[in-house]
Amino acid sequence: MSESVTSNSAHAEVVGGSDVGGDGSMLLSLRGITKSFGAVQALRHVDLDVPAGQVTALIGDNGAGKSTLIKAIAGIWEPTSGEKFWMGKKMQTHTPKDAANLGIATVYQDLALCDNLDIVANMYLGYEATKHEVLDEIAMEKTAQQTLKDLSVSTVQSVRQIVGSLSGGQRQAIAVARAVMRDAKLVILDEPTAALGVTQTAQVLDLMTTLASRGIGVLVISHNLNDVFEVADRLAVMYLGTLVSSGPKSNYTMSSAVELITTGTTSRAA
Amino acid sequence: MSATSDPAPAATENSPRTSLSGRVGGLIGSDVGIVPVLIALVVLIIYFQVRSSVFLSADNVTNLFIQAVGFILLGMAEVWLLLLGEIDLSLGWVAGMSGSIAAIYTNVKFGWPWWLAFLAALAFCTAIGALWGVLVVRLKLPSIIVTLAGSFIVEGLLLYILDHVFNGGGAPVQSNVLSNLTNGDLTPTFTWIFVIAVIVISATVLIVRERARRKAVLVVAPFYRIVVKLAALSVMGIVLALLFNSNRGSFIPIEGMPFAVPLIIGIVAIYSFILSRTKFGRYMYAIGGNTEAARRAGIPVNRYRVYAFMLGGFTAGVGGLFYVSRLGGYSSSSTDSTLVLYAVAAAVIGGTSLYGGRGKMIYPLVGGIIVAVIYNGLVLTQVSAPMEFVVIGVVLLGAVTVDSLARRSQSLLK
Repeated sequence: MSESVTSNSAHAEVVGGSDVGGDGSMLLSLRGITKSFGAVQALRHVDLDVPAGQVTALIGDNGAGKSTLIKAIAGIWEPTSGEKFWMGKKMQTHTPKDAANLGIATVYQDLALCDNLDIVANMYLGYEATKHEVLDEIAMEKTAQQTLKDLSVSTVQSVRQIVGSLSGGQRQAIAVARAVMRDAKLVILDEPTAALGVTQTAQVLDLMTTLASRGIGVLVISHNLNDVFEVADRLAVMYLGTLVSSGPKSNYTMSSAVELITTGTTSRAA
Repeated sequence: MSATSDPAPAATENSPRTSLSGRVGGLIGSDVGIVPVLIALVVLIIYFQVRSSVFLSADNVTNLFIQAVGFILLGMAEVWLLLLGEIDLSLGWVAGMSGSIAAIYTNVKFGWPWWLAFLAALAFCTAIGALWGVLVVRLKLPSIIVTLAGSFIVEGLLLYILDHVFNGGGAPVQSNVLSNLTNGDLTPTFTWIFVIAVIVISATVLIVRERARRKAVLVVAPFYRIVVKLAALSVMGIVLALLFNSNRGSFIPIEGMPFAVPLIIGIVAIYSFILSRTKFGRYMYAIGGNTEAARRAGIPVNRYRVYAFMLGGFTAGVGGLFYVSRLGGYSSSSTDSTLVLYAVAAAVIGGTSLYGGRGKMIYPLVGGIIVAVIYNGLVLTQVSAPMEFVVIGVVLLGAVTVDSLARRSQSLLK
């Protein structure tokens, strides 16, 4: 019997396993996260666990609170109440920089790349390697090349290409590689395939699998259930600010997921 | 020059350059952005030489370089701002202010040592830049309006000072150092030493960099590109040295390269180095390319924008020193409200984008020479002064159009 079918429930997975510390085996655990903007409650008592080495898909309709939730994780804003645990320890992050220092990298939909700079410059932006105050281009280029190779990104011809000349999928890959190069332990992707064609979507999905296989936790927001079912190990469904269900992918079918997204409950067990 | 004007770390190998000029010059490699502009320059030179045989005389070429110095320095000042997508319309008057301060305080009436007067002038210009920058950043005002207002303020202040310090007599240049900025020359021997030193240093830098990349097993551009670059640089250097070293005086012999030339090349080299080889320069490009991305990368965007205004003011201040040196003094009648537009023209004609994120310090160098060639050539060919404005305007319009087209072709690629 799946815990995922009951709406608004505490997580069955963490029952007994967690008290104050969240689930120590999880990379990231959220407990009772609430976020209000004035009278509007964007998030209500959200409990979410993100394990390392797996792809967790966060799905839900527009306005369900997915973006609000990842922004709370990324340190863009603090939750009104609730606690965040990072590898079993309480998280004291208040800014995006704090979160980045812990190893949480967020790749937003707009990717935040500089089109006028090349791949190397973009991957190192804000963290340039220098030798006597002079940019160490050779060291940066080598590392950038290696990182892309490790992620099996083979479609870019040269790391000295201007990012403005890359395709959508390649840009996504560069944004992810930028995060990985900084030793990210959790990579959060916001709608990574939204604007991509078929081939490029496949490349990005491959990239997510590669990340997970390297022990990195991946939390991906997506509207595309085909993508989600193809790549995710776990699902978490949000509905009107609450996390109505979460668990391994095997607990869900396409139709039960759709029902959870649209109504917040499901009548059928997977 | 070319050794230091090679900032884009992106410019090696066969990266598909997206600018229009980039594609045209793709065959030649590395510094391709500048190649079409250089071709335009050569065409202009040939045209004016055909129309007027004195155009390429030693005397006129020297004169042309001295004229170009002001455009080049003010153009470089604008590049600092254009890189971030900002603009400073007050730089012409800021330059006038700098020249006047230097002329006034080195005047016998005050008798300051030249370096102190220069320092005061440059400090004032930098402070003015900082003021515009803070207004733009803190009050979130558009820089074009802040600096337009600033332009009137500085103009008024300057005219007031000029009218009152010497009872309306302006500020004549009396310091030898200030005068020599544009009127002094290297000896012919030192001219050769300088030219050879530039070639040797450029060759060393290019080859050392190539070696380092080869050693690191990174992709390197074909070696012939370095050879072509160095050959072009050497030919240019030798031709200029020969021109400068031939006698251009009518009564007493005048020969040698004007001091202004090595000084300008030195400034271009330093600025290019900062832009292409330091974090500071990298962040300038990043902010110009995508401000939000720069902010998320932890770059203190607003602080850098203020720095850009300060560097713009400082560089315009340096330009003002050369400008007043050429004019021999500054009075309320020698003021020139179109100077800043020539500066923007120099930067943009060279290839700097008005939209931010694209530009190098070599661009206003070439652009400033082009403006000076047109300016100088039109006088020699006896085109009336009003038509000069028309021609410069058309050239600027053309450059902006190319910039805009290049930008559109880039966004189409995505």
